[in-house]
Amino acid sequence: MLEIKNLHVKLEEEDKAILKGVDLTVEAGKVHAIMGPNGSGKSTLSYVLSGKNGYEVTDGSATLLGHDLLAMDPEERAAAGLFLAFQYPVEIPGVGNMTFLRTAVNAQRKARGEEEMSSAEFLKTVRQKARELEIDADMLKRPVNTGFSGGEKKRNEILQMAMLAPKMCILDETDSGLDVDAMKLVAQGVNALRDAGRGFLVITHYQRLLNHIQPDVVHIMSEGRIIKTGGPELALEVEENGYADLKAEVA
Amino acid sequence: MALPQAKHDATEARLEGLTRLPGGAWLSAAQDAALGRFGAMGLPGRRDEYWRFTDPATLNAATAPSAALMTITDEAPIFGDIDRVRLVFVDGVFDAAASDDPDLAGVEIERLAEAGKTDIHWSRDVYGVLEARGQTPVRRPFAALNTAFAQDGVLIRVTGKAARPVHLVYLHESETSDAILHHCIKVEQGAELTVLENGPGAARFNKVMEVDIADGGAFHHIRAQGRDHERRAMTHVFARLGEESLFKSFTMTANGVLTRNEAVIEFTGDNASAHVAGAAMGDGDFHHDDTVFITHDAVNCESRQVFKKVLRNGATGVFQGKILVRPGAQKTDGYQMSQALLLDENAQFLAKPELEIHADDVACSHGSTSGAIDEEALFYLRARGVPRAEAIDMLTLAFLAEAIQEIGDEAIRDEIHTRLEAWLMRRRG
Ligand SMILES: Nc1ncnc2c1ncn2[C@@H]1O[C@H](COP(=O)(O)OP(=O)(O)O)[C@@H](O)[C@H]1O
Ligand SMILES: [Mg+2]
Repeated sequence: MLEIKNLHVKLEEEDKAILKGVDLTVEAGKVHAIMGPNGSGKSTLSYVLSGKNGYEVTDGSATLLGHDLLAMDPEERAAAGLFLAFQYPVEIPGVGNMTFLRTAVNAQRKARGEEEMSSAEFLKTVRQKARELEIDADMLKRPVNTGFSGGEKKRNEILQMAMLAPKMCILDETDSGLDVDAMKLVAQGVNALRDAGRGFLVITHYQRLLNHIQPDVVHIMSEGRIIKTGGPELALEVEENGYADLKAEVA
Repeated sequence: MALPQAKHDATEARLEGLTRLPGGAWLSAAQDAALGRFGAMGLPGRRDEYWRFTDPATLNAATAPSAALMTITDEAPIFGDIDRVRLVFVDGVFDAAASDDPDLAGVEIERLAEAGKTDIHWSRDVYGVLEARGQTPVRRPFAALNTAFAQDGVLIRVTGKAARPVHLVYLHESETSDAILHHCIKVEQGAELTVLENGPGAARFNKVMEVDIADGGAFHHIRAQGRDHERRAMTHVFARLGEESLFKSFTMTANGVLTRNEAVIEFTGDNASAHVAGAAMGDGDFHHDDTVFITHDAVNCESRQVFKKVLRNGATGVFQGKILVRPGAQKTDGYQMSQALLLDENAQFLAKPELEIHADDVACSHGSTSGAIDEEALFYLRARGVPRAEAIDMLTLAFLAEAIQEIGDEAIRDEIHTRLEAWLMRRRG
């Protein structure tokens, strides 16, 4: 599904290397988690994969189902099936949430040469998925993320993911700022999408989200590299001993 | 005070081709007075305080620079779905055959060219009167010129709540037309009217609208300025507001090499509200100027200015807005906001926001900003699959939304939104 090889990334504006050779393969049907201390490069990895400006790839590659991700525009990556749930969802005053969702769904369909979703079908689908995430009608009408609480923003990300039905989902600290109930809702939303044709990369700082979204593989990232890979037990180890021990062990 | 020779000559040349509308006593007197005002002021120059950002040369020229006609066949006429009384002017000349029968309960509608022939008319108290009041402290020579030489217009007296809007349609069919129109609207106590306007009007269009609103009256104005690329327009709206009255004006402008819209609003009665808003979109050879002057001379009045401009490819936007609070105008609530979205480095926005306050118990605020598209928002939309050009249009419409929101009527608001969206889509190709 997603194949990252020896990925080196620096900031465009300054000579600062952030990713220093990341290797990672997420297979279809699997949930991979990346854990790591703040500043280790987790968000940078998610941004580079989705095509944000400001980063320069100096070496390595990233492909989605064999397509060279790094050669595509962000919208092409999205249409190819990549989705990033943002660590900090952006507020867009003046653009209604529904309008935004419908535009996104249909833009992706158009790019893939598929038929647009009818208004009726769209409304029905969005209402049902919103209900599952406890997103009320008011939140759908309001401008995108504008004035949303932290939890509302994260649930809105999951709603978008559910509507767009991407092949490869990257979730960047979707658990941060959530209380236990909201985290359960989000985890349910993610688990509902788990299937054999879809891959997940769940970025998180803490282990607790992984109690609700069971990962198949856990990676530890530190200073721009994956320093250790293991099963779900690795997450528990981190929870108990912190990252410092791991770093020392690897060094 | 005599004008300097060069200015005097230019002013004389400007007057040469103009003829006065034959009128009865009231109109002749108004024309004489206006000609006197104009003669004393002369034409504006770049050194005049309120003409620094906009070059008046083509407005000053003795003949109108020609403007190619733009035939639009691919879209339904604006406001077409609204039940309204349509009055059509072609290059500034009233076209009775193309117009609706001006039959509207509670509303008297007359042509200036007809009613001007009478010796006594209600519009004697409005025509040129509000314009003259609006000449101090800032001179508005083209408005005086208009009062002296207007060729036509409508005189509307509203005595009840009008059931339908009056729609003034300005067609442009001659490449060299130089039109001068002057409308007067008198909204009597408790009466209410909506006026819609659209169309380029002429190659060069000088239009004045004087709106006198009595106590408890309400006036709504929505204008869509023509899509002709090469047209030039110099417009003035003068409004005088009585007690507990309401004035609302919204203008959408797309295209036009030169547009200067002046709004001159005066509160004379307490507890009144005036809202002026504009959404302008310019691409390339486009110069758009909003010049607003609001005088608070009564207690507890509210004024709001919301102007938004989207500019690209060298388009220029100008905003000059002033709130003047006279001594004694306590509890004034004045708000002024002007913002430009610059879609590239060649576009520019020039703003001159002003507050002059002579009362102590007032709340006035103003803000002016210009900036580029929000890159974070753009990336967010693209990461969801919205192509770049479409995403920029979405953010552009979102930027204009605050101004469009100022339109009270929902159907008209949707109509304006749809038009702006269509304009953006045509640009996208
Ligand atoms: N646009 C940027 N400008 C400056 N520094 C950046 C930028 N993006 C990332 N960094 C730096 O790169 C490092 C990794 O950041 P980030 O990817 O956000 O880490 P994480 O998500 O693991 O906390 C940090 O040192 C951060 O300060
Ligand atoms: Mg991060």
